[in-house]
Amino acid sequence: MSDNHVHHHHSPLSEIDQRVNKLQNLLIEKGLINQEAMDELIDTYENRVGPQNGARVVARAWTDADYKSRLLRDATNAIREMGYEGRQGEHMEVVENTDSVHNLVVCTLCSCYPWPVLGLPPTWYKASSYRARAVSEPRLVLQEFGVELAPGVEVRVWDSTAEIRYLVLPQRPVGLEHWTAEQLSELVTRDSMIGVALVSKEPAV
Amino acid sequence: MNGAHDLGGMHGFAAIDQAQIDQGNAGNFTSLWEEKVFAMTLACGMLGQWNLDQSRFARENTDPSNYLNSHYYEHWLHGLETLLLEKGVVSHEELKHGKKESLTCFSSIKKEDVAAIIKQGGPASLASEHEPFFQVGDKATVANFHPKSHTRAPRYIRGKNGVIVKHHGTHIFPDEHALSGTKIPVHLYNIRFESDELWGAGSDGSVFVDVFEPYLLASAAKLSAN
Repeated sequence: MSDNHVHHHHSPLSEIDQRVNKLQNLLIEKGLINQEAMDELIDTYENRVGPQNGARVVARAWTDADYKSRLLRDATNAIREMGYEGRQGEHMEVVENTDSVHNLVVCTLCSCYPWPVLGLPPTWYKASSYRARAVSEPRLVLQEFGVELAPGVEVRVWDSTAEIRYLVLPQRPVGLEHWTAEQLSELVTRDSMIGVALVSKEPAV
Repeated sequence: MNGAHDLGGMHGFAAIDQAQIDQGNAGNFTSLWEEKVFAMTLACGMLGQWNLDQSRFARENTDPSNYLNSHYYEHWLHGLETLLLEKGVVSHEELKHGKKESLTCFSSIKKEDVAAIIKQGGPASLASEHEPFFQVGDKATVANFHPKSHTRAPRYIRGKNGVIVKHHGTHIFPDEHALSGTKIPVHLYNIRFESDELWGAGSDGSVFVDVFEPYLLASAAKLSAN
């Protein structure tokens, strides 16, 4: 658990809390930031923008062949059509999982992630282990997430080094042909759209 | 820069365990200070005194052991403090004591502006008159270069061969954008590298990386031939 970075010699939380509070007070005093605007930024990414957006995009692609073809051809505009756009989603690409190809997304250099459709990245996505190993031993990383791919399935890793952001279009579970897009979207997890999970027929907890 | 942030292929990190996976499902922030650093970074970024590439460089430009031993949002905090000082938005004295010493000519973003700023985003595409050097299907080799300044060419692709699979048009060149703030449009390609080219025999699959044209060896060769 080297990614948790517990310091041993002093109380890191109180020290960093103090440093952050001091900076925050200074910036407010200088009029550089405004508490209400900060609360609005936090509320946006805590409560309004998140993987439920990406799940709706995926479920629509599963149930609407024309939409899926637009999504794979011009993801930015197809996603904007659903009302999701802007910061960290300016240039989108969607990569499709099939019986023979599995896609996995990483940002080895920092933490680039498609915010309008997935919200903010989970801690493990930003941590050293995932960033170091997703490109060099993706099958092992997938196993750690509980995904065992058949040996014949080709793994494609997408490293987000520029301003292009990637969303995985997971495979639709078989046997739910009568389900609506709304019902299907409940099954689509954030992890399946990063590529570290498959979509199962059981709704996400 | 060849910093600790350039993690692709580094060894020695522990496996990702269930606790980390569960934590990833527990929320965006593990403590209040992280939330504050996130919001302060976005709000200060919206003052327009620096760009995203300068922000990235400020976070990665630190002692490698410090980078690896600090929390993700500590990188952000380090980056924010660095940029506030570098751009003269706050002084060393102010940062040290947390007290205002001089007036500022910047005004903070307002709550009602937040949604529009997020929706607008900051597209990195920028038109160029130059034709692309490469076509989809061309082979390309990444140059073996080691700038001490910001670059988005990870070490693990330098000197490696790949095939162009997509042309993304022209985007702002991040290396120059981080150095001087100048927006130079360059062609951006998605390149497929076979895993055995990157990691040696026995590796399967492939890694797709977005690569700016100036990173590519053949473009340099073609440039000098012109």
